Amino acid sequence: MRKMLAVVSRVLTGASQKPAGRVLLAARNFANDASFDIKKCDVHRLEDEPPTTAVLTREEGLKYYKIMQTVRRMELKADQLYKQKIIRGFCHLYDGQEACCVGLEAGINPTDHVITAYRAHGFTYTRGLPVREILAELTGRRGGCAKGKGGSMHMYAKNFYGGNGIVGAQVPLGAGIALACKYNEKDEICLTLYGDGAANQGQIFETYNMAALWKLPCIFICENNRYGMGTSVERAAASTDYYKRGDFIPGIRVDGMDVLCVREATKFAAAYCRSGKGPMLMELQTYRYHGHSMSDPGVSYRTREEIQEVRSKSDPIMLLKDRMVNNNLASIEELKEIDVEVRKEIEDAAQFATADPEPPLEELGNHIYCREPPFEVRGANQWIKYKSVS
Amino acid sequence: MAAGLVRSGLAGCGQQVSRLLRRRFHRSAPAALQVTVRDALNQAMDEELERDEKVFLLGEEVAQYDGAYKVSRGLWKKYGDKRIIDTPISEMGFAGIAVGAAMAGLRPICEFMTFNFSMQAIDQVINSAAKTYYMSGGLQPVPIVFRGPNGASAGVAAQHSQCFAAWYGHCPGLKVVSPWSSEDSKGLMKSAVRDDNPVVVLENELMYGVPFEFPDEAQSKDFLIPIGKAKVEREGTHITLVSHSRPVGHCLEAAAILSKEGVECEVINLRTIRPMDIETIELSVMKTNHLVTVEGGWPQFGVGAEICARIMEGPAFNFLDAPAVRVTGADVPMPYAKILEENCIPQVKDIIFAAKKTLNI
Repeated sequence: MRKMLAVVSRVLTGASQKPAGRVLLAARNFANDASFDIKKCDVHRLEDEPPTTAVLTREEGLKYYKIMQTVRRMELKADQLYKQKIIRGFCHLYDGQEACCVGLEAGINPTDHVITAYRAHGFTYTRGLPVREILAELTGRRGGCAKGKGGSMHMYAKNFYGGNGIVGAQVPLGAGIALACKYNEKDEICLTLYGDGAANQGQIFETYNMAALWKLPCIFICENNRYGMGTSVERAAASTDYYKRGDFIPGIRVDGMDVLCVREATKFAAAYCRSGKGPMLMELQTYRYHGHSMSDPGVSYRTREEIQEVRSKSDPIMLLKDRMVNNNLASIEELKEIDVEVRKEIEDAAQFATADPEPPLEELGNHIYCREPPFEVRGANQWIKYKSVS
Repeated sequence: MAAGLVRSGLAGCGQQVSRLLRRRFHRSAPAALQVTVRDALNQAMDEELERDEKVFLLGEEVAQYDGAYKVSRGLWKKYGDKRIIDTPISEMGFAGIAVGAAMAGLRPICEFMTFNFSMQAIDQVINSAAKTYYMSGGLQPVPIVFRGPNGASAGVAAQHSQCFAAWYGHCPGLKVVSPWSSEDSKGLMKSAVRDDNPVVVLENELMYGVPFEFPDEAQSKDFLIPIGKAKVEREGTHITLVSHSRPVGHCLEAAAILSKEGVECEVINLRTIRPMDIETIELSVMKTNHLVTVEGGWPQFGVGAEICARIMEGPAFNFLDAPAVRVTGADVPMPYAKILEENCIPQVKDIIFAAKKTLNI
C-alpha cells in the first residue's frame, strides 16, 4: 500500500512523463481473455457453420482495436487532405468497414493472398504497408508505395494484389492467384473481395464456375455495404442473398460490423478451402459512412438518419471497445492512449505525405516493362523523350 | 573433273554426266528440314513447358482436343491436366485467371481460339496485364503470353476475321509480336514465354499448315528471336516493302515478279509490332527512297499508318522520293462470298500496283 501511494504521488507531482493511467495500470489486473457470443451466420449448402462464440485475448483485442482505429483515422485524414485538394481524383474511403479488413486478416496467415477492388486503403494497411506510404501514394509523392504512379486504387504489397479499378475484374484475378496456390502445392489460399455492386458482373459468375470446377482454394468475399455507388441493393439485384449467388458454391452470411464474427467466419472458410474442397463464398454485411467516393456526399440515396443509426448502434470500433471494457480486457484510459498514439502516427504520416516531393519527371517513362534494358519512351511530341528503366 | 567432262563434249557423255552430277548432289548438302508453322509453335511451347515448371497453357480445347487448330497437339498427353488446362467458354474469366496466376508468379500461356474472342477479355489484357507493372511503380510484373490466330482466315466472315495488331500495338506495357515463318513462330514464341512482360502473339490460321525451311540454329532448344527486331527477308535497292504475318509472303512474291521487270524490292518482315523496329525500316528507306507498307488489317489507325507517321518524323523522310504508301485490308467488315473476300485482303497484284505507283512506272 505504501509503495502504491508513493507511485501515485510521483505521478501527481508530474515528475513522470507517462500519463497517470499508465502507471496506475501497472497495479490493475485485466482478464487474459473473454468469451463472446457472436451472431450466427446464415449458411448455404453447408452442414457445418462457423462457431457462435469467440474467444478474444487481451492482446488480440488491443491489437484489433489499434489497427481498426488506425484505418479509421487514416481514412478520415484522407478525407481532410482530399478536401484541401492535396489528394486528387478518385478516393474511396473505408471508414465503417474496418471490422472486415481486420477480421479477415486475423483469420488468415501472412503467406495467404488478398485481392480487392478500389476501396482498398484498409487492406493495404492490414497487409503490411505503413500509413505514411499509403498517404504519400494518395498525395502522389515519390515516397508513395507505388512511387506516386498508381494512386488510390493501385497499391500493392507482398501477397496483396491491389487495389483494382475495374469493377469485378479483380475476381478472376483472385481465382488465378488461387490457381497458383494450388499449382504450387503450398497450402495457401486467396481472399478475393468485391462489393455488392460488382456482384452482378458476369465475369464473377464465370469465375465461380471455374473455381468450383477446378476446386481452387479461393474465398470469394462480397463486402455488402448496401449500395453500389448510388444504387441500393434492392434496385440492383434480383437476389440480394449475395452469399447464395455462388449457387453450387457453399456460402455464409456474416455480420461484417463485428470483428470477431468476421474472424471466426474467415477461419472457418479458410479451413474449408485449405482442405481442398474448393471455393467458398462469404458475404460480409457492412456499411460505409462516406459516400461511394469523395465526389459523392452519400446522402442523396440514403438518409442521414440511417447513417447515424449505424454509427450509434453498430460501429465496429465502438463494439469492440465496449466488449473489452465491459469484460475487463482493457480500460477506457488505455484505449484512449492508443487513440492518442494512432492520432500521432497519422499526423506524422500526413506531414510526410504533404511534404514529400512529387516524383521526378524522369519517373514518367519508367516501369513500362520488367527486366528490360533501358529504352526510350515518346513524350507529348516527337522531340520529347523519356528514358524507361525497369 | 567436271571441267574435263565438259571439254570432252556432251555428245555420248550426257548420261555419265548426269549420273555423276546426281551422285554429287547425294554426297553434298542433305535436304533442308521443312517444318510447318503449326509444328514450330508446338515445338516452342513443348520446349518451354519442359524447361520451366511454372509455364502452363490454358484455353478452350487446348488439352483433350489437341487444340482447335491442333497447335497444342500432344501437349496434354505429355504434360497432363495440371499444365495443359481446358477451360469453359469464358474468355473474360479465364483470361483474368491467367493474369492472376501470372501475378502470383506462374508463367501462363493463355490461348484465345481466335483473337476475335479476345475482345470479350480485352479489359484483362489491357487493364489487368499491360498496365500493372507501371501502376505499381515496378512492384508487380505480369509474365503472361496471350496467343492465338489473328486476322482473316478463309470464308469465316466478319465476326471472325478482324486483325488486332493495331489495337494491341496501341498500348504501352504490352509487347506484340506477329510471326510469319516457322522460324519466326518458334523463336518469337519462345522469347514471349521467357519474357517477364505480357506478350501478345498474333498467329495466322492460314499459315499454320505452311512448311518453311528450318535453319540449323532454329532446331536448338534455346533458339530465340529477340522481340523488337525486324528482319530483312530480301535485300533490294529500289523500293522498301514492310509487312507482318502472312502478307510478308505476298511481298516476297511481288518482289520476285518485280525483279523480272528490273525492280529490286527490299522486303522487311516486322516480326514485332510493339516495340516496333523503326530503325531497320529507316535504314532501308534511306537506301531505296521508296516505301510501301503492307498489312491485312483495316487502313485507319493501323500498323501502316504508324510506320508512315514515324518515317515522317525521322531521318528517312528526307530520303523519300515519293510519299509513303499503304496496302491494307479493305475498309469494310469481312464479307463471306469468295470473290468479295479475296478483294478485301491485300493481294500480290495490289502490292505490285502500289509499288509501281510509288516508283512512278
